[in-house]
Amino acid sequence: MALKLRDLTLGYDRHPAVHHLNLDLREGSLTAVVGPNGAGKSTLLKGLIGEISPLEGRIDRSARRLAYLPQLSEVDRSFPVSVGAFVAMGLWHSAGAFGRITGTAAAKVAEALAAVGLTGFDRRPISALSGGQMQRVMFARLLLQDADLILLDEPFTALDTRTAGELLQVVKRWHGEGRTVLAVLHDLDAVRNHFPDTLLLAREKVAHGPTAQVLTAENLFRARQQSEAFVETAPVCDRVELGAA
Amino acid sequence: MSWLIDPFTDFVFMQRALLGCLAISLGATPVGVFLMLRRMSLTGDAMAHAILPGAAVGYLVAGLNLGAMTIGGVVAGLIVAVLTGAVARFTTLREDASLAAFYLISLALGVLLVSLKGSNVDLMHVLFGTVLALDNAALILLCAITTVTLATLALIFRPLVLECADPRFLASVSRWSGPVHFIFLALVVLNLVAGFQALGTLMAVGIMILPAATARFWASSISGMLIVAAVAASIASVIGLLMSYHAGLPSGPAIILAAGCLYLLSLGFGPVGSLFTRAFPRPHLDA
Repeated sequence: MALKLRDLTLGYDRHPAVHHLNLDLREGSLTAVVGPNGAGKSTLLKGLIGEISPLEGRIDRSARRLAYLPQLSEVDRSFPVSVGAFVAMGLWHSAGAFGRITGTAAAKVAEALAAVGLTGFDRRPISALSGGQMQRVMFARLLLQDADLILLDEPFTALDTRTAGELLQVVKRWHGEGRTVLAVLHDLDAVRNHFPDTLLLAREKVAHGPTAQVLTAENLFRARQQSEAFVETAPVCDRVELGAA
Repeated sequence: MSWLIDPFTDFVFMQRALLGCLAISLGATPVGVFLMLRRMSLTGDAMAHAILPGAAVGYLVAGLNLGAMTIGGVVAGLIVAVLTGAVARFTTLREDASLAAFYLISLALGVLLVSLKGSNVDLMHVLFGTVLALDNAALILLCAITTVTLATLALIFRPLVLECADPRFLASVSRWSGPVHFIFLALVVLNLVAGFQALGTLMAVGIMILPAATARFWASSISGMLIVAAVAASIASVIGLLMSYHAGLPSGPAIILAAGCLYLLSLGFGPVGSLFTRAFPRPHLDA
């Protein structure tokens, strides 16, 4: 298993956003995370990379190295850095704070830029890029990170179909290389067409498994209901064990 | 020509002032460039005020003693930096508000301490510096701080740039994020302390920020900005000292005003994103 979550609860100020989640993620699986707004999808990813600590439960991951694409990137787009230098950040794992950026590294950067359709952009400043181009740059950097577990938070939101399609090919390439990918998505058609597995989340796990079995009308209805019925101000956790009953 | 050179060849105190100012120009400006790139320009100003009570305590204990005031200033600055960072990390208050709170407390404490014992002359001394009366110890201190600053910046350059450009990414791939932020704040404090020996607490931040802001209108890469900023600060130092010598102006404000003039000129006519280039853009595809 690339990732094992046991009774994982994540939240802010003791208010859970992800509630008692159990999950096993196979190595090399390509999984979409789907659910209504406020279902805890982004929180789950933040928990997995360690940006927030679990309130309860455990995260076990066998992955040596993970990469994360946040939903709202905190990249300062006015920062005076070239596309090539920005993408080269993805080589941190091999270069670190003090290592040399070698000629092979430059070749890797060029290769990653080519893979996302930005050949020849390496000397441009990131401030000159469009939103779609910037997302391609983010993907190029992810490519260089060479991670076993890749977490993507709404990677295709606000992209035109062509850009989204090309970046989807990058995701499929990762899948083909045996990397484990977990992507938060809203476009259910894209999920049905391209993602073998799906996790349907509404603070708690509604369903997880092969996409066709998860994305049923009944499950989606339950997810919406469960998300709305959650009592934000409950003084104690009076959750009924679904499996135990 | 002799107007430009004679003051520096004829008078030792002018040579010392020049050396001190050049040291500050080389050390403080790169720190200022990173402050600007991190949108923390006003943090420099706040930290400059935060140093005051430390210097004042040093002054109360040992009089106008370089070592005591330096150590006091560094300690006070670091305390405020650590408290600010801790409050921002562990409470709901943001870093800017938390810094504002601590530096105001610190400043009030500093003014109170200085006026407890010192005369107004002493207060002016601390606030506006003594660039024309730098002794050997002060010069060695200024040069040492510049050396330490440049060496440290060279070492932490890559994590620092990442921390400025994409802090979340740095945090996701390494543990550098916290340390690099703190090391950088320590450099800010050190250089402000260096600056206040020569230019005073109020003016020290000027030699840090004004050349950095100037550089933004001349260069579009980080290395370009670092070079332009250091050159601009050096030019301002020379012009300021000459104005001070020939017109009998106080030297600290003269240097900062010279830096200010360079900034205003660049703001108007610099080649990168200045008022002039915005008002008269070159036709596209003509680069």
